[in-house]
Parts: sequence; C-alpha cells; structure tokens
Amino acid sequence: MSEKPSMDIDYVSNLTRIELTPEEKEKFQGQLGDVLKYFEKLQELDVEGVEPTAHAFPRFNVWDEDESKEGFPSEKALMNAPKSRNEQIVVPKVVE
Amino acid sequence: MDSSSLISKTATELSGELEVGTCKAEEIAQAYLEQIDRVDGKVHAFLHRDDEDFLAQARASDERRAKGETLGALDGIPVCLKDVISVEGQPLTAASKILKDYVSPYDATVTRKLKEAGAVIGGRLNLDEFAMGSSTENSAYGPTRNPWNLECVPGGSSGGSSAAVAAREAPLTLGSDTGGSIRQPASLCGVVGMKPTYGMVSRYGLAAFASSLDQIGPFSQTVEDAALLLETISGHDPLDSTSYPSEVPSYSQILKENSQPCALGLPKEFFGEGMDDEVRAAVEKAIEFYKSKGYEIVDLSLPTTDLSVPVYYVIATAEASSNLARYDGIRYTTRSEHAENAVDVYAKSRGEGFGEEVKRRCILGAYGLSSGYYDAYYLRAQKTRTLIRQDFDRAFEKVDAILTPTSPTPAFKFGEKSEDPISMYLSDVYTISTNLAGLPGLSVPCGFTQSGLPIGLQLIGKAFGEGKLLSVAHDYDREHQFGRQAPNLED
Repeated sequence: MSEKPSMDIDYVSNLTRIELTPEEKEKFQGQLGDVLKYFEKLQELDVEGVEPTAHAFPRFNVWDEDESKEGFPSEKALMNAPKSRNEQIVVPKVVE
Repeated sequence: MDSSSLISKTATELSGELEVGTCKAEEIAQAYLEQIDRVDGKVHAFLHRDDEDFLAQARASDERRAKGETLGALDGIPVCLKDVISVEGQPLTAASKILKDYVSPYDATVTRKLKEAGAVIGGRLNLDEFAMGSSTENSAYGPTRNPWNLECVPGGSSGGSSAAVAAREAPLTLGSDTGGSIRQPASLCGVVGMKPTYGMVSRYGLAAFASSLDQIGPFSQTVEDAALLLETISGHDPLDSTSYPSEVPSYSQILKENSQPCALGLPKEFFGEGMDDEVRAAVEKAIEFYKSKGYEIVDLSLPTTDLSVPVYYVIATAEASSNLARYDGIRYTTRSEHAENAVDVYAKSRGEGFGEEVKRRCILGAYGLSSGYYDAYYLRAQKTRTLIRQDFDRAFEKVDAILTPTSPTPAFKFGEKSEDPISMYLSDVYTISTNLAGLPGLSVPCGFTQSGLPIGLQLIGKAFGEGKLLSVAHDYDREHQFGRQAPNLED
C-alpha cells in the first residue's frame, strides 16, 4: 500500500464552513490521514459496471395531492432563530 | 403496588396491570420518576426531564381509562425518546452545543403516533452528538454510564436509550440506528434493541444524520415489548418521501402464534478474528439452543463484509456533511458572538457549536464528495454498497434469518477508543452492513461475561420481514429472558 494519504484541511474545512483551531487542524490531519489510508480498502474490489446504490429501497415520483395545507405560522418557524425582527431573521450585512 | 415492583415489569405486564386496574398510570409514572431520581446521578441517561408534563400525561391516561376510552395497549405506558426525536414544546439538543436552546416546534411522526396510542412521553435521552459515535462519549453534555459497570460505556450512539431501559428508568425507549446505534448499545447494556427495515418507520421529525441509512427503533426488556412498540410507530407517512407504503401487521399477534422453526444462516466472515472469546461462547450457546428447537443452521458467506465499514464511513459522512449544513447559525441554532460577516456566522457558529467527532465527520464527508475525489470515494462506495446488498440477497435465498454477534466485544472502558477513530468505527463492524442493505436487525441479550457485562445476539431479517424476525428472536428470548435481569445500582 502507498504511504499515508494527506488531506488539505484548510481547503476542506472551508468547504464545510467549519472554523478549526490550529490544534484541531493538527490533530485531524493525522487522524483523517489514518482514516483515508483505511479507506484504500475500497480500491481492492472491481466495481466496473456496478450500479451505485443511493437508497436500499428507492421510491420514485412521490407526489402529494395538489391541495393547500396549513403551514407553520411565522412565529413558530422563528421561535428558535438567534435574532429576528418583523417576522424576519436578522443576519449580518451580506452585500456591500 | 410498590414502586420497585412496578419498574421491574415489562411494558406488556404494565399494560395488563392497567387493564385489570391493579395500578394507575400516574403510579407508574411516579415510580419511574423516583427511580430516575435514585439512579440517574450515576447513569446519566437523561439530558432533560419535564416531570410535570410527564405526570399530567399519565393522569390524562387514567381519566381516559376511567371513562372507558382507553386508546390501546400502550395507553399509560411511559416511553422516553432519544434527544434527536422531536416532541413539540420540548428541547431537542442532539447532544450538541449548537442546539442547546432549541425547542421543537412540531412533533415527529413517531411522537404523534405514540401520543395517539396514549403513551406517556418522558424525558430526553443522551447520545453521541448528532448520533455520531459508538460510546456516548461524544455527548456535549457528558457521557452516559453503563448501568452494569459504571466504568464502562453504554455503547452508542443511542446509549441513553439503552441505559435507561437497563437501569429501569423507563420500560420502553426509542433510539435511532444509522450503523448500529440501536443494536450495539442494546447489546452492551443487556436489553433488546431493534432497527426496522429502511422505510418502515417515518423519519419525519428525526434530526437527520445519514438519510439513506437512518431508522428509528425500539428498546425494551423483551422481544415481546419491542414488537408492541414497533407496531405502534411503523407505517407509511406522506411526510417522509422514503417511507414505504407497506402494511404493518400486528407483531404482538404474530408472537402469540406458534412459530415454525426455519433456517438460520451463520456468515463465516462474522465469526473470524477480533471476536471476544466470551462473546463467541455465548453466541455458540444460542446457536445450540436454536438447533435444539429444530432450526436448521446453514453456514454461508457474505464476502464483502470487510468492506462494509469503509463503505459506511464514506457514505454516512458524505450524507452527514450535507445534512448538517442546516446548522448554520442563521435560522435555529446558536450563533457565534464573534462573527464579523455572513460567512463568518457559518464557520464560527459551527466551529464553536460542533464537537470534535462531528467536525471530523463533516470534513471527511465533504472531502469524499469534493471535486477530484468523488469517483474514488463516494461513487465507489455506493457501487460497493450494491455488492453488499447483493450478498444479502443471495444469502436470503437460502435462509430466513442471519445470526451473528451484535458487537465483537462487551462494553469497553471510557477513553479506551475515543482517541482512535478507526478502532471506534470497528466496534460497529457486525451491525453496519444491515443498514447499507436496508434490512431489519435486532439485538437480543444472550448472556453475561464472567465480570458481569451483557452480551448480545444479532438477528438480521429479510426486508419488511419484521414479523418473522421478531418471532425467531422471541423463540430464544421467552426461554432465556436475560433482558429481565437488572443491574445493581445501589451504593
């Protein structure tokens, strides 16, 4: 087997929008390298021509009747929002 | 009836007592609250209690009964839920700091079904954060301890749900199982735990971890009780598009009928290296029991077994990285106080709110889905998943159920695996393939080690074959009843 694979932690943690401390970066770098090394087992098997499985018992075209139903009242939908005002969620400025 | 005798009973027995009027639902609820007061300081199965609400539900059940309006066998029976299942007006933390202030605005479908059946819904049960882990050590609110040995883990991720039943803090609980998170803790705590077929139980209102693998299922002292709880929560739900439109038979009725011995398969890959000797001995004894009852024992092979752990961790982490994107610090989670712009809100809220294992898995999952790696990891894992399913399809042409140990070892000590992700991941090696194939599986207690730790037997059934699976398990359980033994939690 090859040597321990390495992951660009800064790049991937940015993709997932998770800020890591320098200690976490160092720790994860080693641990995730081990996990990726373990994942190399997956390359052992020939999967040429095999259909991928996304769900064990997939169901397709699950439609609802086209009729209106009671939704959430806005105060309920906003009850867990960290900041809200006038039935809207308050966020930091997004556009300059 | 005194409270210690009430809490030792199964749900089925309690239901009988309520029916003949030898006790009231309020007395049952009170007895469990007293037990939680007595032992939960040691066990820490509960993250939150609402005693007033619990007793009010019990009194409402007594009032229905007095008027002759009882809703069924579960009316007045306490059921406690893993803290990932929504109950309107109650907290749901998923054992994460990021949801520490979250209150569910609606009921999960399983919660609605329990309420309609008159069940008395109790406190919130501990878990590994977002159900990611096999020991409950990843809870942001402190680990649950194994009632059989407080220095050992209860298993996970549904460790609070299994420990609560073992410590007689609840007769019935619900957990969720993505790669073994019901069956492994059931095994480690000496109780029955069942993962239904994918699509059997609605996931609406369950905090999602890996949507193609997650299923909600019951914990109990006996297989009979698991059947009762499962038939109550199962069935098609238009609110979950993966929910399967299949009939739900009365499993309790099936267990009352005489079962026919059938063919049980032993996959050789599950009986190889890495299994503890005492686990092996207990499982072999169970096999001998089935033989003596006229069951045919068939040796078989599931050749892709050793690939199930890597396949699982690629798929489950990929789905998790996508599912957990909803915890963004914007809509319903805690928000970082240190964020200076919008992107910062995401990254800092998630960095501060998630624990280590959740961060590790989101990063791993995003990596497996990222440009340049998708084919080598995610797509390849999905293709291998097909081969794992086909292995099971072939096996079920020859047998009616598959018998294996649930976990390679009994409960391990705190800290033993927590710094080594791969060794922790391997503690689910016997349970993971069932989720990948979508099949039903359950763990039934099959003995104890010399040091007094429980051992579990896993039975895996055909898709939507819950009735047969429960009946095979019941054949063993009614003559052994290991789950009815209670740990000594006195000082």
